[in-house]
Amino acid sequence: MTVPLAILALAAMVALLLGVSARSGRSMGLEEWTVGGRHFGFILVFLLLAGEIYTTFTFLGASGSAYGLGAPAYYILCYGTLAYIIGYFVLPPVWAYAKQHGLVSQPDFFARKYDSPALGVLVTLVDIVALVPYLVLQLTGLGIIVTAAGAGVIDEDVAIWIGAAVVTVYVIVSGIRGSAWTAVVKDVLILAVIVFLGVYLPLHLHGGIGAMFGAIAEARPGFLTFPAHGQSVWWFVSTVLLTALGFFSWPQAIAACYTAREPGTFRKNAIVLPLYQLILLFAYFIGFAAVLHVPGLTGAQTNLALFKLVVQEMPPWAVGIIGAAGVFTALVPGSVLVMTTATLIARNLYAVARPWAEAGEIVTVAKVLVPVVMLVAVHFALAHNATIVELLLVGYSFVTQLFPALVASLLPRLRATRSGAFAGILVGVTTAALLTFTHTTMATLFPFLPAGVNDLNVGIIALALNVAVFAGVSAVSRR
Amino acid sequence: MKPIHWLSMIPPVGMLAGPLLHNEVHPFILGMPFPLGWIAVWIVLTAIVMAIVYRLDPANR
Repeated sequence: MTVPLAILALAAMVALLLGVSARSGRSMGLEEWTVGGRHFGFILVFLLLAGEIYTTFTFLGASGSAYGLGAPAYYILCYGTLAYIIGYFVLPPVWAYAKQHGLVSQPDFFARKYDSPALGVLVTLVDIVALVPYLVLQLTGLGIIVTAAGAGVIDEDVAIWIGAAVVTVYVIVSGIRGSAWTAVVKDVLILAVIVFLGVYLPLHLHGGIGAMFGAIAEARPGFLTFPAHGQSVWWFVSTVLLTALGFFSWPQAIAACYTAREPGTFRKNAIVLPLYQLILLFAYFIGFAAVLHVPGLTGAQTNLALFKLVVQEMPPWAVGIIGAAGVFTALVPGSVLVMTTATLIARNLYAVARPWAEAGEIVTVAKVLVPVVMLVAVHFALAHNATIVELLLVGYSFVTQLFPALVASLLPRLRATRSGAFAGILVGVTTAALLTFTHTTMATLFPFLPAGVNDLNVGIIALALNVAVFAGVSAVSRR
Repeated sequence: MKPIHWLSMIPPVGMLAGPLLHNEVHPFILGMPFPLGWIAVWIVLTAIVMAIVYRLDPANR
């Protein structure tokens, strides 16, 4: 076993021990396993919400997209910041309603608010379809990290299987409390590693951050600014707005919201979390540092930019520590995602079909489903055919369709109807799926429109149709 | 929306306006290209604006 692989194995063991110790002395009922008994304070809620930022996506995706795309990657830095502003207003009423009615999942909220179990089932299905690419993303990242750190000793497919097994065991033994406490270790590790690499690599390879950008601007003119067509500034603005709207539509984000002790927690987090986003700058610096020193990576290979550069420039023990940070960034969010998916199926599909099922039975079903969900994710992860950023954007295109019905349900007078919400989500998701899987853009749909409009993120069409159908059907069915 | 809440609309407009109005490579902060440096500055300003909103929001009092 190589030195980096030994450090990676140690990191996985530490994570498992943390998960087991976090649950000690607590019985794992449904509410404890999924929302930590609603006792989490500012720090733990902060870490669960911040876990959304510092996943494998940050570690490999942000650096890989800076390497592969240049300026269009800047959108990753913006959308979280704007989402926290939305969270300031949306999360406190969602939390209060969930606490009042004892809700433990996001579809519970829709089903209860609109008094429609069918809407709860639809939201569950949308969530599952969106969560799978997000989980695949974490496994893909794990595979890359283990393979790169082991210098090819372990095949990437084998690494994905090992990662899936570790995440499965971790989730079954620890629940959400384990994820929150392991997130402490994960965030300290990842912050130290990203800031160190983001400062060291530009300094070591170029003599400084400014010098690095100067060298890139000279070697690749236009790479650091938005292109005139395609992923232009208009694409950037529309993508930032769409993903910001989708940020708190993810079921695991709402589940993290349920864990809070009181609503002021979210408002405080809206101040601190934007500053946390700044660490992403250092992930960009790593990706940009690789542009001139690890040339030639294209498509899904751009995921490898960070590790190719690290293996090239750092000693084996340092590669091991950086890999260990990467393992944590896949393990913690991966565990939250798989737990959310399994809970959704158990609580919002199985329990709807068997309304007499007791809470203990639902927890057992959820735990049995964890390895099943992982097997599905492994199946897609082994295909190796998408960049990490593409995977996340697919998930976002689906969950963003839940945002109009979520916001409408929080208005002082509920003018929306269950039929309107159901029809809007169904039309929005169907449109998003068609546009995503046929690789349709605004330019192919409306070639006669001006260039700026043609560059807009095509997800706007799905959202606009969603809102139009939602409003129209609500107006008709309210009579 | 309380009047103080409208303050939180400033960061999204400010952050997205920079790259729209000045999509140029010249260094802005730490030698970063202008759009990236502008976004970084507005992230800090967002935290400041949200701290003001939090402080003055009647719900928090």
